[in-house]
Amino acid sequence: MRVTVKLYATLSDYLPAGSKNNRVEIDVAENAAVDAVLAPFLLPAKLTHLVLINGVFVPSDERVTTVLRDGDVLAVWPPIAGG
Amino acid sequence: MGWNKKVLRVNLTAGTCTPEPLNMEWANDYLGSRGLASKYLVSEIDPKVDPLAPENKMIMSTGPLTGTMASTGGRYTVVTKGALTNAIACSNSGGFFGAELKYAGWDMIIFEGKSPKPVYLALENDKAELRDAAHLWGKSCWETEETIKRLHQDPLTRVCSIGGAGENGVLYAGIINDLHRAAGRSGVGTVMGSKNLKAVAIRGTKGVSGIRDFPAFLAATTAAKKVLADNAVTGQGLPTYGTQVLMNVINEMGALPTRNHRDVQFEDAGKISAEAMHEKRPTDGKAHLVTNAACFGCTIACGRISKMDETHFSVKNSPKYWGASGGLEYEAAWALGAANGVGDLEALQYVNMLCNEHGMDPISFGTTVGAAMELFELGILSKEQIGLEAPFGSAEALCKLAEMTAAGEGFGKDLALGSARMCAKYGRPDLSMSVKSQEFPAYDGRSIQGIGLGYATSNRGACHLRGYTVASEVLGIPVKTDPLATEGKPELLKAFQDATGVFDSAGICVFTSFAWTLADVQPQIQAACEGDWSMEKLNLVGERIWNMERQFNLAAGLTGKDDDLPPRLKTEPCKTGPGKGVVSGVEQMMPIYYQVRGWTPEGVPETATLERLGL
Repeated sequence: MRVTVKLYATLSDYLPAGSKNNRVEIDVAENAAVDAVLAPFLLPAKLTHLVLINGVFVPSDERVTTVLRDGDVLAVWPPIAGG
Repeated sequence: MGWNKKVLRVNLTAGTCTPEPLNMEWANDYLGSRGLASKYLVSEIDPKVDPLAPENKMIMSTGPLTGTMASTGGRYTVVTKGALTNAIACSNSGGFFGAELKYAGWDMIIFEGKSPKPVYLALENDKAELRDAAHLWGKSCWETEETIKRLHQDPLTRVCSIGGAGENGVLYAGIINDLHRAAGRSGVGTVMGSKNLKAVAIRGTKGVSGIRDFPAFLAATTAAKKVLADNAVTGQGLPTYGTQVLMNVINEMGALPTRNHRDVQFEDAGKISAEAMHEKRPTDGKAHLVTNAACFGCTIACGRISKMDETHFSVKNSPKYWGASGGLEYEAAWALGAANGVGDLEALQYVNMLCNEHGMDPISFGTTVGAAMELFELGILSKEQIGLEAPFGSAEALCKLAEMTAAGEGFGKDLALGSARMCAKYGRPDLSMSVKSQEFPAYDGRSIQGIGLGYATSNRGACHLRGYTVASEVLGIPVKTDPLATEGKPELLKAFQDATGVFDSAGICVFTSFAWTLADVQPQIQAACEGDWSMEKLNLVGERIWNMERQFNLAAGLTGKDDDLPPRLKTEPCKTGPGKGVVSGVEQMMPIYYQVRGWTPEGVPETATLERLGL
């Protein structure tokens, strides 16, 4: 299946060269979990902070078990804040 | 003692400047800055006073940690009855002005009356005098600051001033200090302008003395700074990307109000985000962002300093805008951008500079433009009435309307009213995205339920900084809560609102609360100030401030019916994102909130609550 991975802020450095708009579409195994999808990007664990699937928060302890579906958008940020 | 124990009372009608002792009994109950200045205000003015009448007062106040070595200890607060809201207004600012006021030996300045002619206050340590400002009236905030520094022959003079917006009665005029820091919201600059007070210029050389227990204060502030440095958000995230990093987060969550809250996701969010500010432009090969910047004593440094593309249509013939200047921060980028459907980063920076230059709140201005664009698209406002085509997404219209509003020209006079009065004037009050006539900030109250309740209950009108539940609902600070859930949000909001009252009143930046809890602030206050400043007391102080502000608003004529959101948020569901199909649950949450607050079902504090808080 095909999913979109978006890496923002300092994590954009971990996208493949030539990626635009902080995103890349990739093919992954059926029922791949969040951690498995992110593994090839080699993100530092402490920077893999805010994880959303289609805008919905995924707690860190559920990233091993939460699976993606075809067409899902997985977005990740390091620790950030605003106001 | 963190206080100087000294107040400067400036009677603008009589032209007098009189020192008086700080009311230490009140300082013991309200700490400083927001809380203490509000106590003075509610004790000295009729709550029903016309905000623009001479009988209204305006107070600039520091907190006990302002000017000290506590991180972010540079804040000062402007408290008055707001021109935009007819409610208590409390707007605080960073930069260096607040610390200078403290260094001059004062805790606060109370302005009362109205000067018969434009004046500015010159304050050099103990010496205070009102000076003629006829030559400054009509000048921008930037020109005013430069002129005063030149006049005083002292580049270290710190200046806050109003620009054309405050002079011309734009109801959301702010007060600008240090070129691009602002006491921006609720129309505090409008009140300043109504008093013919153009600026306050301060030079202080006394430093801060009298810290109660200096070794303990050194230890407490050092430990607290380490907490900020070690925290990934305050130590790395905010300095690197600033608040603007939220643009893509909030858009991804379907909580980015777009085109006057018609939508909750903006297709061009990426183009106006923090990430875009780091990218090199094709036109000149330079990134928009030049550097980050810190206010006085701040060890976070979230501020943005940017430089525009000199070939952009808005500035190609205006070299004065080509230099590095403040912005963009998230709120301004959203209000000027997504709220109007404008995805032109350079245009947003230009208008943000206009807001700083002429002293306008970019949140209220941008959101009011969004309402005008919707009125235009509905055919209620014509090209002839506005003076130009103003569809959603028009960067040209945004720039032109900002120029017109700052100058008080044409349709800019309608925009100067704010969205509530403007939409009412054209028969569609429902299209104003505001509470108590103050426009919403950058989070949708449908997709983030707690912040919607926060907007509805904020004592200064719609505001995210009175109780930033987004920290919990989006960022997981201190714990993650579901943004779409209403359960538990009244309790969460109350905790945020009360704690924020303490941060604001101490004289520090609320952004420290991304890493600090009250337990990190308490040792700093305790070491700086005489008396008992236990956690229990600080929690009580925060709640007392909130209820005092509430009591003032009720006496001013506001009621529980004003604690409400516009119909759009209650009847038009989010079209996309995780909140698709969801409307605000404000009506379900409000009775619980009142109960949690110890208020009647009508939103009036119970007698027992007031007695418990010593009100």
